[in-house]
Amino acid sequence: MTLEVAGTDIAHVIEQRFPGAVEEAQPEFAMVAADKLVSVMTFLRDEPDHYYKFLSSLTAVDRMEWFEVVYHLESIKLNRIVAIKVRTYDRDQPVVPSMVSVWQGAHLQEREAYDLFGIAFDGHPDLRRIFLWEGFAGWPLRKDYLMLPGGQMPGLERFPGEPGVEFSGRGTE
Amino acid sequence: MLHALTAFLASGDWYDLRDLGNTVGAVLDDLRSAGFPDWSVYVISSLIGAVGILLWGILSCLAFIWIERRVVALMQNRKGPNRVGPAGLLQPVADAIKLLLKEAITTTGADHILFWAAPIIIFVPTLAVFAVLPFGPKMTLSDLNVGVLFLIAIAGINTPSVFLAGWSSNNKYAMLGAMRTIAMLISYEIIQVLALLGPVIFVSSMRLGDIVGWQDHYNVWLIVLQPVGILGYIIAGAVETNRSPMDIAEAESEIVAGYHTEYGGIKFGFFYQAEYLAGFAIAGAIVSLYLGGWTLWGAENYIPPWIIFLGKLYSVFFIYIWTRGTLPRLRIDQLMAFAWKFLLPIMLVNVLVVGGEVLVWREWEPADEVALSIIAAINLIFGVALVMAWARFLGHGKGNQKGGRAILTQEVGRIYFDPETVAR
Amino acid sequence: MTIKSEPFIVNVGPQHPSTHGVFRLRLTLDGEKIIDADMVMGYLHRSMEKLAEERTYTQNIPFTDRTDYLSAMTGNLAYVMAVEKLLGIEVPERALWLRTIMAELQRIASHAMAVGIFANDCGAWQTPVMHMFRDREKILDLFEMACGARLTLNYMRIGGVSKDIPPEWLPQARKLLAELPARFAEYEDLLLENEIIVARARGIGTLTPEQAQAYSVSGPMLRASGVAWDIRKADPYAAYDKVDFDIAVGRNGDVFDRFVVRLAEMRQSLRILEQAVDMIPGGPVHARWGTATVQPWGQAVAPLAFRPPVGEAYARIESPRGEIGYYIVSDGGPAPFRFHIRSPSFINLTPLKLMTVGVTVADAIVILGSVDIVVGEVDR
Repeated sequence: MTLEVAGTDIAHVIEQRFPGAVEEAQPEFAMVAADKLVSVMTFLRDEPDHYYKFLSSLTAVDRMEWFEVVYHLESIKLNRIVAIKVRTYDRDQPVVPSMVSVWQGAHLQEREAYDLFGIAFDGHPDLRRIFLWEGFAGWPLRKDYLMLPGGQMPGLERFPGEPGVEFSGRGTE
Repeated sequence: MLHALTAFLASGDWYDLRDLGNTVGAVLDDLRSAGFPDWSVYVISSLIGAVGILLWGILSCLAFIWIERRVVALMQNRKGPNRVGPAGLLQPVADAIKLLLKEAITTTGADHILFWAAPIIIFVPTLAVFAVLPFGPKMTLSDLNVGVLFLIAIAGINTPSVFLAGWSSNNKYAMLGAMRTIAMLISYEIIQVLALLGPVIFVSSMRLGDIVGWQDHYNVWLIVLQPVGILGYIIAGAVETNRSPMDIAEAESEIVAGYHTEYGGIKFGFFYQAEYLAGFAIAGAIVSLYLGGWTLWGAENYIPPWIIFLGKLYSVFFIYIWTRGTLPRLRIDQLMAFAWKFLLPIMLVNVLVVGGEVLVWREWEPADEVALSIIAAINLIFGVALVMAWARFLGHGKGNQKGGRAILTQEVGRIYFDPETVAR
Repeated sequence: MTIKSEPFIVNVGPQHPSTHGVFRLRLTLDGEKIIDADMVMGYLHRSMEKLAEERTYTQNIPFTDRTDYLSAMTGNLAYVMAVEKLLGIEVPERALWLRTIMAELQRIASHAMAVGIFANDCGAWQTPVMHMFRDREKILDLFEMACGARLTLNYMRIGGVSKDIPPEWLPQARKLLAELPARFAEYEDLLLENEIIVARARGIGTLTPEQAQAYSVSGPMLRASGVAWDIRKADPYAAYDKVDFDIAVGRNGDVFDRFVVRLAEMRQSLRILEQAVDMIPGGPVHARWGTATVQPWGQAVAPLAFRPPVGEAYARIESPRGEIGYYIVSDGGPAPFRFHIRSPSFINLTPLKLMTVGVTVADAIVILGSVDIVVGEVDR
């Protein structure tokens, strides 16, 4: 069985090597400061105790107050998986360091995250839109994309026909 | 005039189907005796031959379009065309009507004149090749004394028209296809010429009728004496007619349709037909040169020789259909390497050996049966040995050219990569 | 002497016989040699990740069919596993076995297609792919018996599978399993020792294990590079821990090895299926959880809508194309807050430029064929 390394455990390891690098640690993930991300990831990739040579998945989440980029790292040698996150609070020009220098596999996935969320990956060699065309207005996977009148956002807050508060979409500004 | 017609109908020559040459001859004799000038008889005789070959070519094409589709469908475990007419027999006719009715589109940026000229230019030489093929003892439209040379020269005219088509259609796939065709044909033309030299040396004549006659006289097919030659000729012929596995000029998985990507409607129909006709021409040349032409060990006295010839021609053409249904395609550099590194040396040595054999035969004059059996045995053994030795010399079946099976393992995370060792 | 030549740009796709859908490869050529390659995708982008945020968890299952439409079962399975992980549901034993059987049948069907189309890309004009279709059709017949659909199956449910297989299903499956070994032997004979395929596929598109891992390549491509990594073994889901099978690994990492690995995996899938049809237990096929409705005949089905706890889950399984993962973030609402598909076809394309620069156009087509993309999954 693959060992799903708890975020708290990996946070402990990172803290020992890079004090102050971990912003938040949950059982599911460890949140790493953006400025230390590349060195932390390189450490996790090369350290024989961890050896996360394989970037399984890279994606972004719009938490409305902040964007977070989620990295699922796999170690094929040690059969482990761990989730690392990094976040940025800037909604207008979110920037996160690129992981292409650590894993080449991040290349297309970062382009996808840029295309759909507008998160710029600093240091990416070829950051262009990938599914949508250049000049497409907006970043479709952001929660405020195509905001409805009255500040409503798309998304299901409750079931259709469910009694409760007046329908307002998922959150209002 | 009426008298001449009655005499002609009563003569019994015109329905002599054993050799259509007799029929035509009878007609011409009657015309001549009816007082027509010589030149008109000459014109009419060539017209009869040309129209006959054209009709035969078109009908054979239609038939073989159906046969190819049905046979390949059988190989691919499906049914093939089976809706239009009984067993789908009218499918080629329906296709032809469809091609005729389609709009003849000329793409923007195409060179109009050349774009239109290419399908016509390709059609004429492919038909002209049939002029020298002996369909029967008297059934040769024009039995040139340099028939073999004519065969090579006329077949080579295809090449510029293919290039015209590729260049004029202003399409990159077409351009790539045309460039590939040129490169390929130039290489394989040499193989073709060297392959043809074998029969020519044996027979000491370039007349195709003489070559067939020689095989009839000695009662031996040249395939027995020239196994390497026919191998080279079949391969070069596949290249010339764009047949699998050498169909890289119109490799549909790479460059869509090659030089005729932009052609539609009847212009495409011309290319399609020309491709079939070129295939028939190559098959006809193989039959005349190596497979005894219209002879079949005496059976030609009972069966019309032209039926024997066509039967052989269709059988050879079937080989090309067969390879199309079974073989994958080579890459262009592999195909060129095959021509220059493999076929060319073998063909050169083959010509040398044949020359030596014929020289010795002429000098010592042994009994024909003895000489021919010794030559056949030498050439067979020598051909097989040469092909195998040369393949081994070029490194076939070694190192990276070997297939292999996957490794089966239970150990998760272990790395088995080994670029040097070849998996077995 | 050098001949001066101008670079020549060729668009392979979006309408091209060998791009397996609407995918475009912009090749810059010098003669026949590729000096630059760029991928243009998105022609089939349907924004599934956004659409999924508007629908309940159960309503999202059909989307997962339509990502990798040649392997709908594994797409379904990965998604329902992610939701089950989020909810913490125990799936009944029979449902786990059914999932295993269906996923393996799907793997054979998908690999048959991949191998056939690969041979087609090599220029074997339709013959292998037509023969492989014969087997795929029979597998699709089995799917039709089980769930009524042939391509977009929508069979898995959160907590089990949509319905139990009919009683005739297992005998029919056994009949097919008895036929398949002879077929596979035929394919191996015809394709693995085929001179031309070996000449075309050996030594091109090579990825070393280091490169393959760094480029996040997964599935048969990773295994062809010699890395024995199969999630069915490494992190057994469904009932894979109870069956006996091997990981097929290549040794050279080239196009030919990918092809060999796929053929060998078809054999291994057959091995799993032969065990599974005998070992499948009886019992319910759906867990009773939450507000699950119970059908009059006693079978539970998943609630149409529910609110999972706040949290996130990432589940990944071994699809025929590689590691397919679903990352689901829940904010406690009825629809996923974030629904991300880690699609193997898309990520396996990352090293395409590395593999194609320096080879000829014909090789690039074969390399693209060996990646085995499904454009529905690339673009999503």
